[in-house]
Amino acid sequence: MKHKVAVTVNGHKHEHEVEPRLLLVHYLRDVVGLTGTHIGCDTSQCGACTIHVDGKAVKSCTMFAVQADGRSLTTIEGMAKGDELHPIQQAFWDEHGLQCGYCTPGFIMAAAYLLEQNPNPTEDEIRKGLEGNLCRCTGYVNIVKAVQTAAKTMSGTTAGKTQVAAGGN
Amino acid sequence: MAVSQLVGAKIHRREDPRLITGHGHYIDDFTRQGTAYAAFVRSPVAHARVKSIDVTDASKAPGVVGVYTARDFKGQLAGTHPAAPAFVAEKKYVPERFPIAEKEVTYQGEIVAVVLAESKGQAADAANMIQVDYDELPAVMDLEKALAKGAPKAHEAGPDNVCWDFTYTPLDLTEAAFKEADVVVKERILQNRLAPVPMEPRGVLADYEGFDKKLTMWLSSQNPHFIRLFVSGALGLKESQVRVISPDVGGGFGSKISPYPEDYLVPALSRMIARPVKWIETRTESIQNATHGRGQFYDCEVAAKKDGTLLAMRVVQYVDVGAYHGTFGAFQPVACLMAGGGYKWKGISARTIGVLTNRVPTDPYRGAGRPEATHLVERMVDLVALELKMDPVDIRKKNFIQPQDFPFTQNFGLVVDSGDYEKSLDKALQLAGYAELRKKQADLRKQGRYLGIGLSTWIELCGFGPSAATAPATGGIALVESAQVRVTPTGAVIVYTGTHSHGQGHETTFSQIVADQLGVPLDSVELRHGDTAEGTSFGYGTYGSRSLAVGGVAISKAVGKVIDKGKKLAAHIFEAAEEDVVFEHGSFHVKGSPDKSKAFGEVAFASYGMGLPEGMEQGLEAVAYFDPPNLVWPFGAHVAVVEIDAETGSAKLEKYVAVDDCGNIINPMIVDGQIHGGVVQAIAQALYEEVVYDESNGQLKTGTMIDYLVPSAGEIPPFILDKTITPSPTNDLGVKGIGEAGTIAASVAVINAICDALSPLGIKHVDMPATPDKLWHMMKEARK
Repeated sequence: MKHKVAVTVNGHKHEHEVEPRLLLVHYLRDVVGLTGTHIGCDTSQCGACTIHVDGKAVKSCTMFAVQADGRSLTTIEGMAKGDELHPIQQAFWDEHGLQCGYCTPGFIMAAAYLLEQNPNPTEDEIRKGLEGNLCRCTGYVNIVKAVQTAAKTMSGTTAGKTQVAAGGN
Repeated sequence: MAVSQLVGAKIHRREDPRLITGHGHYIDDFTRQGTAYAAFVRSPVAHARVKSIDVTDASKAPGVVGVYTARDFKGQLAGTHPAAPAFVAEKKYVPERFPIAEKEVTYQGEIVAVVLAESKGQAADAANMIQVDYDELPAVMDLEKALAKGAPKAHEAGPDNVCWDFTYTPLDLTEAAFKEADVVVKERILQNRLAPVPMEPRGVLADYEGFDKKLTMWLSSQNPHFIRLFVSGALGLKESQVRVISPDVGGGFGSKISPYPEDYLVPALSRMIARPVKWIETRTESIQNATHGRGQFYDCEVAAKKDGTLLAMRVVQYVDVGAYHGTFGAFQPVACLMAGGGYKWKGISARTIGVLTNRVPTDPYRGAGRPEATHLVERMVDLVALELKMDPVDIRKKNFIQPQDFPFTQNFGLVVDSGDYEKSLDKALQLAGYAELRKKQADLRKQGRYLGIGLSTWIELCGFGPSAATAPATGGIALVESAQVRVTPTGAVIVYTGTHSHGQGHETTFSQIVADQLGVPLDSVELRHGDTAEGTSFGYGTYGSRSLAVGGVAISKAVGKVIDKGKKLAAHIFEAAEEDVVFEHGSFHVKGSPDKSKAFGEVAFASYGMGLPEGMEQGLEAVAYFDPPNLVWPFGAHVAVVEIDAETGSAKLEKYVAVDDCGNIINPMIVDGQIHGGVVQAIAQALYEEVVYDESNGQLKTGTMIDYLVPSAGEIPPFILDKTITPSPTNDLGVKGIGEAGTIAASVAVINAICDALSPLGIKHVDMPATPDKLWHMMKEARK
């Protein structure tokens, strides 16, 4: 028995018939085809699948797709405006906040919500605020720095100014 | 290197734009039309005979394409799982391993059946309907009990549980030194079993195209060429019929070096059903089946003089091999060969014993053998210092190999290429404020508080690595590295490396080397890896901190060949002698006439034209293999400051200082990042992580991230990092490795700090993980 789900993802409307047991993360990856949201644990510990549901950071493995019916979702693919990176993306790049990159989309989405709630967090608040996301490569040092840098940029301007330019420095 | 604008610079990573925007390509992002999905049925028990498997219900379940057991793979897959000799030339018993069990299962998670279905969900549903009747056997878990005469066996058909028992250097070698000793300290040092937990689990997508007889497989691997070698052999295909693509890989840490059962079964299934087949590992499957690291203990004895002079060491290593010999599982005894650390010893007696148990096999995990060596020697040196009431700094300085001693031939004949251990230690002590910390410690002790300062003066061998050492270790293939540099007519440079990047940033650092050497913009260099259909005929993968020190040098050599050809052509164009042509800042000119020059791109274009010198072929490209003359030897000094809560036993890291030396640096930002991550992985071992099985029946108790405690940002202190630079004399770039350094160094810094903190209670040694529960009990016991 399939159920209808209608959602807005990154500003685009989608409508599908899905199994009620389908997790939101699988819906986004396998049905909508947005593979930037990753799966790292199956038990809601790692946060790699973090997206925004009506503006709030949610681990998309903790919701069924049908529960998202009528909601507005933002995934990592919706963060940059064309070639213009979101300031948090830019900060992750600038501060070497990623290595293998697998956890990165989840961290960026969690950080975006954190900074929306608390635009000028202390280092301790950043560390506590990101406890729902796990990274195995960076030791979190540069992730914390990236969020600090992004906080500074975002409190100065509303949008990032830099361009995606491969190999730029 | 002539020009140095990019090498040594903080260049932002070229791989990042796709990764920060959600456009990376990890294994689960690949799809093929008509794919069937695999779900594996795995043994829920550690050791049993398989009496029967009933697939009736599963076969009829919705969407099921087929259900397969061991019998179905006969004639499809040949041979057994490879077990490299590595550091143990002679093995006692290596159990045969097939990708799917038929009559006996020997660890929880071993595959007994597989279902293919039209969707992932249908495959999983049907897998749950398969009924397997097991006749349970005793699980062999404890290493010492496993070695006792008449002990239950991990494999029913095996002679006993001894996989290997190998003596590198006999006991009598150290007899005289132990006789002249003023003090002898002994300790058993445990190495907790760890799960590598890369954030991206493994996965395989295989597409066998029957009419072309060609297999393409995508998998998450550190080592695609070796996988092609193993898989083609098992499937009876030529290597030319198999293409392995390892795309963006979400971390490896050693767990994606060796081939796995699924790497054989998934392509075999694709050939059987003439459709693409895909399988993506769940996290529990990953913790249950991906090779584990460590899982050892060491019986150590050290003899010393009362002035602190170290005399000799005796070490016996016990390795929990697991149920099967991991492909590179016998790499871990390298810990014996590195047990002396950065110190001078009259002698070291070393023996390694590999024990088969009913747990998942162990294999290299970040550092592999070298963290264990550092942990034991740095622990033992501290125990000697404690016995002699010496400062841990003084005993280290008294026994260090000195700068003038290099190249230094250590006790096992390995030649340490370079070092300056006291320099890095002094720098670390200064950054930590060592003298003030000791004062603070004394003050806090008066208040009944437990502050500890721990040192780790680590050394490492890496960069595998010389053919003479590694060809026997792998069973024939020398771990050198290959590179190909192709220059197109318009001067674009495409570089292929046989290493594999899964977070290390090769696309950036290797391009920096090439752009610098050729004097061209970074943007005109494209770095490619991870696809066996491209580049050289063989690549050797990434592990053992080898990519830069072997692969980077191979690239530099290939670029050198391209420049040499360019010089010949430029000489012809200039009508000058080849030896008079100079190449600098990206252009060729005749010595003394820099105004009349040809840019690299112009010469590249000319190389595809006519009128080349007599005998010269068109094109500008080169292949190089680099066989390093030695390993490389990074080193450094770490200082950890820990306070233990007297009430709860919780250890809080107050400060962490790391001063590391990896020789010349290509990109300092990436080096720092590697150290951060490595240190945290070792802190995690010291304080949090441990794979726990029920010792009575072999049930895995830490099968999810709920129980297996990978630390989050909240647990980790900020670091103070610095470096010394002692260029390696082993290669032209003067580089060493840095990928594992943090993990090699840090566990013992933390544990030494904890032991130092608790020394007023008479506690001398603490094993990992130093959980609050463990420390609380130890403190309670000690206060009695």
